[in-house]
Amino acid sequence: MSELRFANAINRALDDAMARDKTVVLLGEDIGKAGGIFAATRGLQERYGPDRVIDMPIAENAISGAAVGLALGGFRPVIEIMFMDFMAFAMDAVVNQAAKLHFMFGGQAPVPLVVRTQHGGGLNAGPQHSQCLEAWFAHIPGLKVVVPATLDDAYALLQSAIDDPNPVIFVENKALYAMKGILSDPPPPVPLGVAKIARPGRDLTIVTYGAMLFQALAAAETLAARDIEAEVIDLRTIQPWDEAAVLESLSRTHRLVVAHEAVEAFGAGAEIAARMAQIGFDELDGPIQRVGGAFMPVPFGRSLEAAYLPGEAEIVAAALATYD
Amino acid sequence: MARGRNQSGPELGELYRRMLLIREAEKSCGALFAEGAIPGFIHLSDGQEAVSVGVMAALRPDDTISSTHRGHGHALAKGLSLDGFFRELMGKADGACKGRGGSMHVADLSVGMLGANGIVGGGVAIALGSGMAQKLKGGDGVAISFFGDGALAEGILHETLNIAALKAVPMLFVCENNGWSEFSPTSTQVSFTLERLAAAYSLPYHGIDGTNVEAVAALAADAVAQVRRERRPIVLEFFTTRVRGHYEGDSQRYRNDPAPPVDPLAVARTLLLEQGMAEAELDAMAETVRAEVRAAVEAAAASPEPTLQSAADEVYAR
Repeated sequence: MSELRFANAINRALDDAMARDKTVVLLGEDIGKAGGIFAATRGLQERYGPDRVIDMPIAENAISGAAVGLALGGFRPVIEIMFMDFMAFAMDAVVNQAAKLHFMFGGQAPVPLVVRTQHGGGLNAGPQHSQCLEAWFAHIPGLKVVVPATLDDAYALLQSAIDDPNPVIFVENKALYAMKGILSDPPPPVPLGVAKIARPGRDLTIVTYGAMLFQALAAAETLAARDIEAEVIDLRTIQPWDEAAVLESLSRTHRLVVAHEAVEAFGAGAEIAARMAQIGFDELDGPIQRVGGAFMPVPFGRSLEAAYLPGEAEIVAAALATYD
Repeated sequence: MARGRNQSGPELGELYRRMLLIREAEKSCGALFAEGAIPGFIHLSDGQEAVSVGVMAALRPDDTISSTHRGHGHALAKGLSLDGFFRELMGKADGACKGRGGSMHVADLSVGMLGANGIVGGGVAIALGSGMAQKLKGGDGVAISFFGDGALAEGILHETLNIAALKAVPMLFVCENNGWSEFSPTSTQVSFTLERLAAAYSLPYHGIDGTNVEAVAALAADAVAQVRRERRPIVLEFFTTRVRGHYEGDSQRYRNDPAPPVDPLAVARTLLLEQGMAEAELDAMAETVRAEVRAAVEAAAASPEPTLQSAADEVYAR
């Protein structure tokens, strides 16, 4: 065990994957010599050489398309798309090619690739560098979507994503890179699609993922002071998401809040809320509440962004609203 | 680059037979589409057979190609079986892609055919990655991106040319220039020529008439050999004609060609007759090919439909 930063956990996961599997190659903008904008790939080009840690020009569409060709050629490419907003330039390769080839070619070959990218506000990065776009990808059959929150999960889920025979969108959060935490040695393996109870509780279930986990845990403490014991479920993977774990928790607590930083409208929380209203209807003692970003681009200014970002206060209010 | 006859490649008679196979397959596709046995959208490659056959004659099974929506000729020339082809186009369970892709997605990875592609330009960067894989594996395999002149305006082609040149990827960019970007003359769609574009990326370029299969095969053999040797990309352009519409059923009211298209099969046939091949021999060859196509079509018609569950089971690889 050692205290590291979140970015170190990513770095170590990539390092270990490259050491044990010669087919793992990294592609991205400024990932080699520069070590990546958030230092997640620092030192890897020195260790594995420029043939396996490939600096690419600023061309997200071709980087993503090349990953598809590499995957079909027997490699396990892990590409870095510097900001999730830039995925807009990678959509054809990811959505029309990577997500569909295994299905569309009749299962002839898997397409094992990982797109590492990062989302989230909090750094005043403005409307084109802060979006949480994971729902775009969760909506596409053939893709998996992972959003880790802790160092151990980031390490273990990245290993699972790299080993997975399918294209995986692996979403980090820019505000978490500098977060310090414990990285177990070795971190316990985590399969994709399995949620974790981050805090047990009997009165209310808060389902969340990514950096919002920490807001949810803080909200749970605030609620505990009011004698409401909230259970916090960290989904970790949102496609496929652990429906059984959420339903099981709901069947004990009978109240549900779904919280994420992404825009609330048509977000991942909408799917979770709808499914639970459908299959968990008899368990509900109050209306399902959602917490998410307002329907506006993420604003830049310090006070504007702070007011925009959903967090602990909104989760507490939503939790209380399940008693309405 | 030498443009002489490639001595090690197949004889003209064999190239002609391969072109005939594509032509007869496309004819059947048109007929099957008209009668409703092939659903969806199909884009026939009549008039472009010499490019598919000539380029593929220079390739090995471990060389890879990505193709386009007009990809039937590429798939068959690269080695996709007639059975897998027709069954796929008819959406059958035993089609090359189990009936899930159809005409725009025929693929056979076992022969290095990485798929036709429903997105204009969608296959270009896949070939880039495939070429990077060829390079990382350390052999002398090459990857080929086939694209049409319609893709010249797509950003992905420009990104890919840059990276291929920059990273010395062993690939060929092969443009089949039939003069049409869907329903518009390409001259109204792009402000440059591929030759000048290749020069901008410091890549070697060769452009020739794409209706003479021997010339195509000779140029392709030389270019492929050079890419195998030097591990750097080359751009080829073959000027062809699109005999049919953009898609089957296209009324082509926008079209007013000044002259009838040059038929690559007629060109090869004339050459073969000049070389002393008997007309009866050519007719017999055509009859054999037609019988092969007929047999594949009949078998495809009798093939079972896939179940939805079988498709649902393979949304994800396990």
